[in-house]
Amino acid sequence: MSQENKRHYDVIIIGGGATGAGTARDCAMRGLKTLLVERFDFTAGATGRNHGLLHSGARYAVTDSESASECIKENMILRRIARHCVDDTGGLFVTLPEDDLDYQHNFVKCCREAGIDAEPIDPQEAIRLEPAVNHEIIGAVKVPDGAIDPFRLTVANVVSARKDGADILTYHEVIAFERERDRIIGVKLRDNKNGEIITRYADLVINAGGIWGHHIAELAGVRINMFPAKGALLIFGHRINNVVINRCRKPADADILVPGDTISLIGTTSSRIPYDQIDNMDVTPEEVDVLMREGTKIAPALAYTRILRAYAGVRPLVAADHDPSGRSISRGIVCLDHAKRDGLEGFITITGGKLMTYRLMAEWATDLACKKLGKDAKCRTAEVPLPGSELEAHEGGTVMTHHKAHVIELSTDQKAAEERHGSLSSEISYKTLADEAVVCECEQVSVGELKYAIDSLHCENLINLRRRTRLGMGTCQGELCACRAAGILVKANKCAERTLRDLSSFINERWKGMYPVAWGESLVEGQFMSWLYEGVCGLDEIALPEDKIDAK
Amino acid sequence: MKYDSIIIGGGISGLVCGISLLKAGQKVAIVSSGQSALHFNSGAFELFGRKDGKDISNPLEEVARVPEGHPYAKLGIDIIKKLLPQVKPLFAEAGITLVGSDTENHYRFTPIGMFKPAWLSMLDYATASSPDNLPWGKVAVVNITGFLDFYPDFIARGLNLAGLECETRDFTIPELDTLRKSSTEMRATNIARFITGEAIRHFAEEVNRIITETNADTVLMPAVVGLFDEEPVRLLREQVTRPLYYVSTMPMSLCGMRAQMRLRNHFQHLGGSYLIGDTVYSGDLDAGRLSSIHTVNLGDMALEADRFVLATGSFFSHGLEATPNKVFEPVFNLDVNVEGPRSGWCDMDLYNRQRYMGFGVITDDSFHVYKNGRRVDNMQAIGAVAGGHDAIKEESGGGVAILTAMKVASDIVNGLK
Repeated sequence: MSQENKRHYDVIIIGGGATGAGTARDCAMRGLKTLLVERFDFTAGATGRNHGLLHSGARYAVTDSESASECIKENMILRRIARHCVDDTGGLFVTLPEDDLDYQHNFVKCCREAGIDAEPIDPQEAIRLEPAVNHEIIGAVKVPDGAIDPFRLTVANVVSARKDGADILTYHEVIAFERERDRIIGVKLRDNKNGEIITRYADLVINAGGIWGHHIAELAGVRINMFPAKGALLIFGHRINNVVINRCRKPADADILVPGDTISLIGTTSSRIPYDQIDNMDVTPEEVDVLMREGTKIAPALAYTRILRAYAGVRPLVAADHDPSGRSISRGIVCLDHAKRDGLEGFITITGGKLMTYRLMAEWATDLACKKLGKDAKCRTAEVPLPGSELEAHEGGTVMTHHKAHVIELSTDQKAAEERHGSLSSEISYKTLADEAVVCECEQVSVGELKYAIDSLHCENLINLRRRTRLGMGTCQGELCACRAAGILVKANKCAERTLRDLSSFINERWKGMYPVAWGESLVEGQFMSWLYEGVCGLDEIALPEDKIDAK
Repeated sequence: MKYDSIIIGGGISGLVCGISLLKAGQKVAIVSSGQSALHFNSGAFELFGRKDGKDISNPLEEVARVPEGHPYAKLGIDIIKKLLPQVKPLFAEAGITLVGSDTENHYRFTPIGMFKPAWLSMLDYATASSPDNLPWGKVAVVNITGFLDFYPDFIARGLNLAGLECETRDFTIPELDTLRKSSTEMRATNIARFITGEAIRHFAEEVNRIITETNADTVLMPAVVGLFDEEPVRLLREQVTRPLYYVSTMPMSLCGMRAQMRLRNHFQHLGGSYLIGDTVYSGDLDAGRLSSIHTVNLGDMALEADRFVLATGSFFSHGLEATPNKVFEPVFNLDVNVEGPRSGWCDMDLYNRQRYMGFGVITDDSFHVYKNGRRVDNMQAIGAVAGGHDAIKEESGGGVAILTAMKVASDIVNGLK
């Protein structure tokens, strides 16, 4: 066995979503030698496929008081530790004429019991706060909802873990466990970029694979019954609302509209899917129709706003009963010590929960890990700000640039970068004029920001760059910037063949999200996309890369 | 205002039609929203480039074989053969030099270094009779530092695959410093504004330095010189010590913009009225005859004509529009060739055939349009809005736009005689 293969860690964490990244951060901060492995890219699973809602917990107040109180506590923590990921929009729960106003009274009572500051207001006041809301509303309650960027949040956790010595391997998939009798001692990993197999050892392996954790547990020889519930969402081409709008009723389809950066999101649907369909997240015309029908009830402007794309994610819920909708199931956190549960040492699973409680899930998992490893260290993740949120990067909106001694006004793209990376944006270099050139005009992403992401944020392809910087997420859906970014990426990876394949798959992935909503301006963009990339460029002649699952 | 003919749509099809009508002595107006597919042109036009995923060598042969309903079938091969010799002269009169043959496609070199069949290429572009037999020797691919819409590494890959040796270099000239100050200004058409006069000499000096350094036989550069005419490129080529050719950039396409502008200038020079930035919103259609149209800018003042031509393009140019439930022609609500629900319009894989590409208004064999099943006797459709062809999969968009325009113009003129 080579030296390389003997690497030994205290913990190996499987899964590069918010929970895995958060657990890596917590473990590393408590002095554990940590390795985080992810089969594709960070946020490729449910973390990157939800509303981006900073829940106040109000949504769960009536049906699940435990989740509701966890949510509000974490909400307050995230506002402190992850402020560069949070947009404090506030939220409304509105009652439509067709809904029962009595629900609102109970709702407010339950919110208050859970510690959520819910304040009933006059519907006219609500319309003043958020003019996009349906003006027919008969009731409104103000709650401390907000928006949170799950991409930024996850990467901030990764950067933090790395600062405390954690190793990170993206595109490394667990294909088997190394065992010694009834103990897991390591993982066999396949590099999904080149097929190479490596082994890494640890005293403890933490399964934070979300819905895919079901399969990971199976590889370890234990069974967790996951409940895959698909939820579809639509992204609208501009920020219709500035306040989160929820429908004040028992949770149902398409009753939350969240503003995020330059766009708004309506969701979700909920439908149970077989486990073998969890990587197939195509949105059906029926789901689009439901989202539009219900969404326009809370914000009529949706009817004539351009839809950028449709996407879907899978809720990683642990099966408890056989509720066909998957909605009355608890969002509660499940932390399993497989030594106790199944007699398998060296393996724990952290699952259930939701984006809002990722930090608490990480805390539970790390508490258990420390206990099992005999490590006495306290969790500090609720107090120590994430990288990017320590302090304002450029007080007063100024930054030192290549004009050495001069402090100049931040350009639009530099401001956008600061919004995205918080104080980490000071690491973006604008050494040359070429670094200031804008690649993505919709989202104001510069060459310098892309170079920073390539060098420091584990970016190997265009989808990684999109998740780190919002490249190609704006109204043109990557029409012009994808090719420009590919031109920059190829300078770093020196492989034109791979980069062109990547470009081909990136463009096709953008279309896959546009295809379910291909009418109006989306069809216009789609035709332009075909025309430019197939007609003018001939990109259709380039073979697609192998790892198509990540390209969805 | 009364015209002999009014053309709705000022892109390549509308302009070619308008120029042909003016030359026959008509009084013509074009109403244009200002958008033209030419702005995104590759530097070439295709007559028929591909079939079932395979490159076509003789486009005319394929044109003769298209199925019923295709615009080429409606034109008929005899008419097409009659019109083809008139294409190059028409563009030449407007100051656009086109190179190529009707019976033998050549290859153009794309912005990402792929070879695609072409019918007529604009002057100065890198073209070859076959990608297997490139006449360029050792190539230097040069780019302007910080210009992000041109990809030397991808072009180098294409050249290497074709067995050519190649080096990539970038450079700048002082004249571009002003442009660089703004982070979004380094685009092809903006660069072209600055490469005139003295800057051409500086540009040539830099290219010559690279030729010496790399010992290259041929230079390929992004199409960023010659905003208004071909002259700056001629001057540049005179001063460069080796053959120098254009490779098209990502949009905006400099040569496409130039072609659009020159066609329009030629149209206006011949006495045509080009109403730009205006949108037709309705027409007075009665008993199968359109008497006048109304535009946003002209308000109550109707535009009258004996004949009308619809050249509004496909979805991209808003000649067609789609809602979740239907596709329609937005100006007159003409009958369209679309059947079935939206689930059948598109394919989930971008690179598969997309049915919507063939959508358009219904026309008879002489391109007359229909409304509610009734033929409109004095209105014809040309170019992309006429539908019935897949401009992307067949690579036939340019040919359809130009030939239908010429045919409808000649119908109109002959009809008047």
